Amino acid sequence: MTTALLGSRRGVIVAVLLAAAGVLLPWIVYPVLAIDIVAFALFAVAFDLLLGFTGLLSFGHAMFWGGAGYVSTILLAKAHAPFPVAVLAALVYATLLALIVGAIAIRRQGIYFAMITLALAQLQYFFAYQLEQFTGGENGVQVSSRGNLFGIGLDNDKGFYYAVLIVTALGVWLVVRVVRSPFGAVLNAMRENEQRAIALGFRVDRYKLIAFVISGTLAGLAGVLFAVGNRLSGLDGVDWHTSGTVVMMSILGGIGTVFGPIVGAAIFESLDHFLPTVHLSFFGLVIEVGDKTNIVMGAIFALCVLLFRRGIVGELLAARAKRAKP
Amino acid sequence: MALGLSVIFGMLRIVNFAHGAMFMLGAFVAYYGLALFHLPFFAALIVAPLVVGLFGALIEVLCLRRLYGLDPLYGLLFTFALVLIIEDAMRIAAGALGSPYSAPDILNGVTNLGFTVFPTYRLFVIGAAILVCIMVWFVLERTPIGARIRAATESPVLVRALGIDTQRLVSITFAVGVGLAALGGVLAAPNQNVEPTMGDKVIINTFAIVVIGGLGSIGGSIVTGFALGLLQTLGAVIFPAFNDTLIFLVMIVVLLVRPSGLFGTPVSAK
Repeated sequence: MTTALLGSRRGVIVAVLLAAAGVLLPWIVYPVLAIDIVAFALFAVAFDLLLGFTGLLSFGHAMFWGGAGYVSTILLAKAHAPFPVAVLAALVYATLLALIVGAIAIRRQGIYFAMITLALAQLQYFFAYQLEQFTGGENGVQVSSRGNLFGIGLDNDKGFYYAVLIVTALGVWLVVRVVRSPFGAVLNAMRENEQRAIALGFRVDRYKLIAFVISGTLAGLAGVLFAVGNRLSGLDGVDWHTSGTVVMMSILGGIGTVFGPIVGAAIFESLDHFLPTVHLSFFGLVIEVGDKTNIVMGAIFALCVLLFRRGIVGELLAARAKRAKP
Repeated sequence: MALGLSVIFGMLRIVNFAHGAMFMLGAFVAYYGLALFHLPFFAALIVAPLVVGLFGALIEVLCLRRLYGLDPLYGLLFTFALVLIIEDAMRIAAGALGSPYSAPDILNGVTNLGFTVFPTYRLFVIGAAILVCIMVWFVLERTPIGARIRAATESPVLVRALGIDTQRLVSITFAVGVGLAALGGVLAAPNQNVEPTMGDKVIINTFAIVVIGGLGSIGGSIVTGFALGLLQTLGAVIFPAFNDTLIFLVMIVVLLVRPSGLFGTPVSAK
């Protein structure tokens, strides 16, 4: 399914279309929302490296996203660190965290893996909540200036968006490379049949850990882009609902398709942003979506799990495969 | 407090996110029961589990049933969606701030235990938890329907071949589990605000308990639940700021020493 899209001529076309959409995005929606969409897209792709390609459901990925976001904004706001230093430190944090969490979590499988990652993410959440002098508690950390990179100021939202877009493109490219490498083939083999992969002599724990670290680090990178883009990191970044959000994005778009999670993230973020402003009226009956956004999203996701588990891109690919082989 | 809840939840075994939401719904049924119909606390202890249990059965029959036979992860994800829907529905209906719910007067105040004084309500919760545990254990281990449930979890195909409707068994078990979660909610209501997010923390703690205790024995979950409840109570005294993190630290240590959990059978099978 994956290889059907990646590397094919259509795959290239899709990538080009996505890139074009990415370039045009800040002219369609306001730039900070565009940053959110792209950052979440990278987050979802990173997450999908685990769920779609390795078969591990992490329900604690917000810990890398929010944790790295905290590190970068705290360094920028409180230590007045230069931008590259803040980003690097945040990435180091995400990598180390992923190493530790991964080493613990891969000891169990399936639903337990999900529970352990969730529990460990909550551990970090409580620390973030308690260490108010660093994280600002409920108020979060605000950044007045993003600083500058190579002497170029980053405070222009549109300009920063394009930096985010480039970084995200590189991140997605990295995931594609990983998935298509021999290493990715081993991950796939583990997902399909772990016992057989062990029997073939692969040290599955090591492969899982490496996949987890790559995924966690990229999620951290996405979190940095999001936090610095919004000049704010708060508790909702490390909250378990955020972990759930990235799961929903990936599944809605289609796991194991690389492009699916990007589509899922775009749809999800746009819905999240525009639904609260929607007023529907049927024959004089006015329905304000307003604060019912979560209900609508939850319902969409529930239907997605019940009816089309392959996700949007997954279903499209399946439909095409059916047509090709009648 | 944690004591009673952990025990009830640890026992359910079929852990999913929805149990947190059902826990919250149970508390709300008790709250609205009191506010609208003057339903007394002791009646709420019976009514809320019934109402929520029926609701749970409905969800199981309509939705969850379609997800059996797939990766259990889809069940987990579906219940997460449910949590989003239910939590927000309750937030709109009841507001985010939460409402106080007080225990009946007989249970307020403290009881002198001889060596120490203890809030009466906590004693009541602990007593109720022990009672529920014994009841569940009795039903599962000593009655025909309990034997069928145990058989159905072990080998559904064979049980079906014997002419037993496993589908219905699963529905009943789910409804009872959800009802117990609601019971936990009612028991917890007087000690904390009744609010839409009250189930979140409980459910995550429960996940940790299940991981620590390991699947396999109900006894394991009960012992783990009690031990951790005790630990948290002590932790609240010794270093309150990080009390919430204690349970996760224990989980990490257990995973490092005994990956299959304290009472789990050390097999690599799922």
